[in-house]
Amino acid sequence: MSFINYSSREINCKIVYYGPGLCGKTTNLQFIYQKTSPEAKGKMISLATETERTLFFDFLPLSLGEIRGFKTRFHLYTVPGQVFYDASRKLILKGVDGVVFVADSQMERMEANFESLENLRVNLAEQGYNLDKLPYVLQYNKRDLPNVVPVDELRQYLNTTNVPDFEAVATTGEGVFDTLKAVAKLVLT
Amino acid sequence: MDVMYEEEYNQIQEVVDRLHRDSNAYAVLLIDKNGQEIAAAGEIENIDTTSLSSLTAGNVAATGGIAKLMSEREFSTQFHEGERTNVHISIVASRVILVVLFDERSSLGLVRLRVKKAGNEVGQIFDSMMQKLEQPSQPSIFAEITDDDIDNLFND
Ligand SMILES: Nc1nc2c(ncn2[C@@H]2O[C@H](COP(=O)(O)OP(=O)(O)OP(=O)(O)O)[C@@H](O)[C@H]2O)c(=O)[nH]1
Ligand SMILES: [Mg+2]
Repeated sequence: MSFINYSSREINCKIVYYGPGLCGKTTNLQFIYQKTSPEAKGKMISLATETERTLFFDFLPLSLGEIRGFKTRFHLYTVPGQVFYDASRKLILKGVDGVVFVADSQMERMEANFESLENLRVNLAEQGYNLDKLPYVLQYNKRDLPNVVPVDELRQYLNTTNVPDFEAVATTGEGVFDTLKAVAKLVLT
Repeated sequence: MDVMYEEEYNQIQEVVDRLHRDSNAYAVLLIDKNGQEIAAAGEIENIDTTSLSSLTAGNVAATGGIAKLMSEREFSTQFHEGERTNVHISIVASRVILVVLFDERSSLGLVRLRVKKAGNEVGQIFDSMMQKLEQPSQPSIFAEITDDDIDNLFND
């Protein structure tokens, strides 16, 4: 349910990056920001703590070009992953058109991944959304680290509904645009 | 509110233009609660309206969260006073957000007065638009978009 303006011929979509604390949501947006040409992006806003943890949200507006005569704008948001910021996470989910769940591939973060995914379902349901009916993709981030869970296993535990999923190293950008493109496809087609 | 057609858009733009003039504001912005800009008037060339829209929507959402904790339905207006610029933010028809930026050429009293009137007008336009949207929908442009269209977006 994106915002379509037939008068200015624009389509606006809101995509939210969700996931446990420190999984790499902000890093995904930072990479997209760095690699997007100046004409196609607006300012990236990060409402963060002094230690660079997301406090409310990161926001990155992209306007990548036209489709069928409509200017296509993506508004990318991240939520704060730390458990106690739940009230803020709920607010950011309002009006969401597509979700990217960023999982942290490290063994010791498996429980945090589960909890965050469950929290996503609950928070969406509270606003009348159903994750299974929403454009939704998964990213297994931090594949560069030594202590990662094999992808098959991550898939088995986290991707129970078989949505598109991607391995990523957000710090180098590996998999970052594949993830974004996949969710954009689900939202717009 | 997910679709905006020419007719309502023009009506809304008219209200926003008039509010800009009548309140002596230097800029007026109408945004939806998700932070998408709907209409703007005034000296907006020097303002990053995309950032302003997103931050205002975040601010209104957070304030709405506080209202809920207080068992209030909403806090419908906010006012921020700066040394040069003042910002008046109000929720209109529970749906959209009206932002008025003004300086010493205007006053809070005048802005309040004009915002009230403009808010009612915007509310009426949205009401009639909602009725229109409840009728069987016009063909969606989404039906035409293909995967290739999206690949092309990301390729250049
Ligand atoms: N090795 C490695 N480090 C990563 C990767 N992605 C992110 N990081 C690092 O992980 C840390 C946290 O990343 P952020 O992007 O801030 O995490 P976040 O998900 O936004 O965290 P919150 O804002 O607290 O929810 C940073 O130091 C990143 O540099 C990755 O793929 N590999
Ligand atoms: Mg973050």
